[in-house]
Amino acid sequence: MKKITIKIDDKKITCAEGKMILHVAQENGIEIPHLCDHPDLQVKANCRMCVIKIKGRNGLFTACSTPVEDEMDIITDDREIRRSRKTNLELIFGEHHLDCENCTWGKRCGLLQYQKPLRAKITRFSNRKEKRPSKQFGPIIFEGKKCIDCRNCVEVCPVGYYEIEKRGIDISIEPSTNKNKDCVYCGQCIVHCPAGAIKSDGEFEEMEKVFELKKQGKVLVAQFAPSIRTSIGEEFGMPYGSIATDKLSAALKKLGFDYVFDTSVGADFTTTEEAGEAIERILSGKDLPIFTSCCPSWVKYVEFYHPHLRKNISHARSPQMMLSSIVKNYFAPKQKIDPKNIVMVSIMPCTAKKYEASRPELNFENGLKPIDYVWTTRELAWILKDKKIDLKTIKDDPADNPLGDPSGAGVLYGASGGVMESALRTAYFRLFGRDLQKVDFEQVRGQDGVKRAVVRLCKPVKFGGDKCVELRVAVVNGLKNAKIILDELKQDPKKYQFIEVMACPGGCIGGGGQPLPINEEIRKKRSASLYQIDKTKKIRLAHQNPQVQQVYKEFLTDKKLTKKMFEVDFKPEGKSKIKIKK
Amino acid sequence: MKFINKIQVANLKGRGGAEFPTAFKWLSVAKGHLKEFNQPVFVVCNGAEGEPGMFKDGYILQNYPEKVIEGIKIAMDTLGAEKGYIYLRQDYLKKFKNHLKKYIGKLPIELTAEKIGYLGGEETTLLETIQGDRPEPRLKPPYPTEFGLLGCPTLINNVETFYQISQIQHNEYKNTRFFCISGDAPKKGVYEFPVDMSIGEILKRTKNVPRFNYFVQVGGGAAGEILTKEELNKPLIGAGGIIIYNLKKTDTKELIKKWVNFFFDYNCGKCVPCREGLYRLKEMLQKNEIDMVLLRSVLRTMRDTSFCPLGKSVYLPIDSMLESVKVNYKNKRDTK
Ligand code: SF4
Ligand code: SF4
Ligand code: SF4
Ligand code: SF4
Ligand code: FES
Repeated sequence: MKKITIKIDDKKITCAEGKMILHVAQENGIEIPHLCDHPDLQVKANCRMCVIKIKGRNGLFTACSTPVEDEMDIITDDREIRRSRKTNLELIFGEHHLDCENCTWGKRCGLLQYQKPLRAKITRFSNRKEKRPSKQFGPIIFEGKKCIDCRNCVEVCPVGYYEIEKRGIDISIEPSTNKNKDCVYCGQCIVHCPAGAIKSDGEFEEMEKVFELKKQGKVLVAQFAPSIRTSIGEEFGMPYGSIATDKLSAALKKLGFDYVFDTSVGADFTTTEEAGEAIERILSGKDLPIFTSCCPSWVKYVEFYHPHLRKNISHARSPQMMLSSIVKNYFAPKQKIDPKNIVMVSIMPCTAKKYEASRPELNFENGLKPIDYVWTTRELAWILKDKKIDLKTIKDDPADNPLGDPSGAGVLYGASGGVMESALRTAYFRLFGRDLQKVDFEQVRGQDGVKRAVVRLCKPVKFGGDKCVELRVAVVNGLKNAKIILDELKQDPKKYQFIEVMACPGGCIGGGGQPLPINEEIRKKRSASLYQIDKTKKIRLAHQNPQVQQVYKEFLTDKKLTKKMFEVDFKPEGKSKIKIKK
Repeated sequence: MKFINKIQVANLKGRGGAEFPTAFKWLSVAKGHLKEFNQPVFVVCNGAEGEPGMFKDGYILQNYPEKVIEGIKIAMDTLGAEKGYIYLRQDYLKKFKNHLKKYIGKLPIELTAEKIGYLGGEETTLLETIQGDRPEPRLKPPYPTEFGLLGCPTLINNVETFYQISQIQHNEYKNTRFFCISGDAPKKGVYEFPVDMSIGEILKRTKNVPRFNYFVQVGGGAAGEILTKEELNKPLIGAGGIIIYNLKKTDTKELIKKWVNFFFDYNCGKCVPCREGLYRLKEMLQKNEIDMVLLRSVLRTMRDTSFCPLGKSVYLPIDSMLESVKVNYKNKRDTK
């Protein structure tokens, strides 16, 4: 791309032609207020906060939608510019219900960030949307009275669930009543909303309940998902990608949890099961390709939009479920704890996990629910702050044994391609009864929307020669891209044997329950740290994890029990009801 | 290309109100076509005419339909267009449908309805409407000349512009335009005069100089500028409407409210300054006392930051009214 030279506030800048002024400014440390712009999304230019001037041209321009041109001379701040931004921000506050204490942004939103320097008056205009209802579908809550009509959610939703209704002042974003459309609960709308107008059920009102239960004598058990260890630090001012595994478990213990386990160990079980199932199905050619099952949004998507492909989904329960099976059915009796007395709280990067935990098909035979509460990363950060527990300064304290020390593979579950990579590592063992030496599968890593690979697994020569198996795999990163692969399968059903799909871009590190903001840069940093953890782990293969091996040896001695603990058969339900709350 | 040259020599400017040189527009479509030679080209005749006080396109469609169609045909031939559209406000479509069809004959020109009133006349909203998408303005650039209907190079000209194209073709173009005179004018109607004739002269020639005290709104009955009788010694720029108001009989506060309500009713709701600004203007104007500083900063912000011409144009009529004609607002500054 052609390089050009421009000036922003008299600072000389060399940049690529055609980029938007806003983004060039950001890259050079010049902050221009903006609300509707999101690097994941197309330019919409409807908040009109990012106005700037260009010398030699009349009027104001929106920096998010005006491309840089050679020798452009840009002014980002003067009285007129500020007046416009201030008025627009005051107008925006006039359609935004303030609920900063209970907001997904935790007071770090753009509205508040710009309010002070612009000296905007929050109450200049009364909130005209105060009477708009909230709507809940599954675990997602859309609060009409906070929405500033930017349309980010409309664009980001992978299933086109939001519709723009009416015009002018009556314009509103509405969940679709079309019976052929349903939300899959991924929460991408939540993490792309600049105004905190969408949240998940429970945020941020229901965490206290758990501590009430403790007072009643219950045993509190927490598990935390792979991706959270590299994201939660952000809520406490730590740099993007900070690894906080042991701080996380320390904080959970300090909160009052009696036991803290690592969902990544659950992931090690999932890998062990799923790799076995995959190899079995690939060798027998039954119900191929096999789809990963750990992303509940993906599962719901298949059930609702492509029911004929349900049989392709792996029967393996997701990591949080497997871990809970072991905690409530193996660990509890061993510790002489009545499983009914255990309250399992699962800290997830994900809003769809709340939905998964509510699915009755996952309940144990005695009716007990595997997971009692799912908290998002944001909810955990919120309660920690509320209890004045500072993650940044807390002393490390690792998760508890016997379910606290995962393999590197288990940690990779948090990133797109991680489930596939973990499975491939273990599949090798399943095929040849030997452990893989070179465990990195670079082909399935990274932020591309679709990653395709033919993986050749060969038995080492010294152990019986050159037997090789070729696996045709695909990794879908972001549900929007699933269509590409599904279309390919329509053309050629045998094109792939094994497909990983994560609904959220980047995988769970970009999940709908994660701290805001989220964008490609942030996803990359969170993800890189997960790979860093894997690299430094001594054990990097799921089935090699001694904690996993011990459970198989001591507890899962027969196939029937293993099936009960680790498999599930979902009965899909229809479209979720939209509940209206005044 | 030769014909485009002819337009250029005639110095024809778009008659929809934006006054964009017509030859430029045509050239830019031709260039767009050269760039993407496989793509079709479209020609659209814009007869949305949705502003109060504007009725000259209706007049032309009524009296010179053959000329309008001829103009469209010339454009289609010159630019190699696949298809033409005549985009009409709904009552025009009803009224002129049969009549226009007669002149269209076998030409690939389709009649199509505007759907949302005033804003429907805005070029990119027009494109979205014809495409069947949510009618609201698009981000520019890219401009319709390059990326128009279905992403193809598209020429959009006003009804009168196509009429004048036909005049140019027959060497009958005399540098005139159509004016609609209305309001408290004794002789309302559509008149044709040289483009550079002063507004005062037009009123004189049409015997419309009132005996009473008056002011006029020129350009259009919502977005047009307010001028006093001392300010009429200049030609009209923009849409060709002249509305005369009897100063004594006109409730200026009500008139401002009427404009605001008009824009309020027709804005699409896409951008903050226009959607929210109009709501707040409406709210403020309902009160007895008005914070004039706030009113003005909302108006200026709308002018400077609105996404499309609708929001941008609310400022001018109100500001010029406040400047030129006395409006009795009780000022109350919000000092909190
Ligand atoms: S949760 Fe996901 S599927 Fe549901 S509305 Fe939001 S973005 Fe769309
Ligand atoms: S809910 Fe949020 S993302 Fe969606 S339009 Fe409203 S403010 Fe924008
Ligand atoms: S990818 Fe992860 S965060 Fe996203 S919906 Fe699936 S499980 Fe949740
Ligand atoms: S200025 Fe008004 S009409 Fe134009 S895009 Fe904005 S809201 Fe819509
Ligand atoms: S960020 Fe540019 S208009 Fe919203």
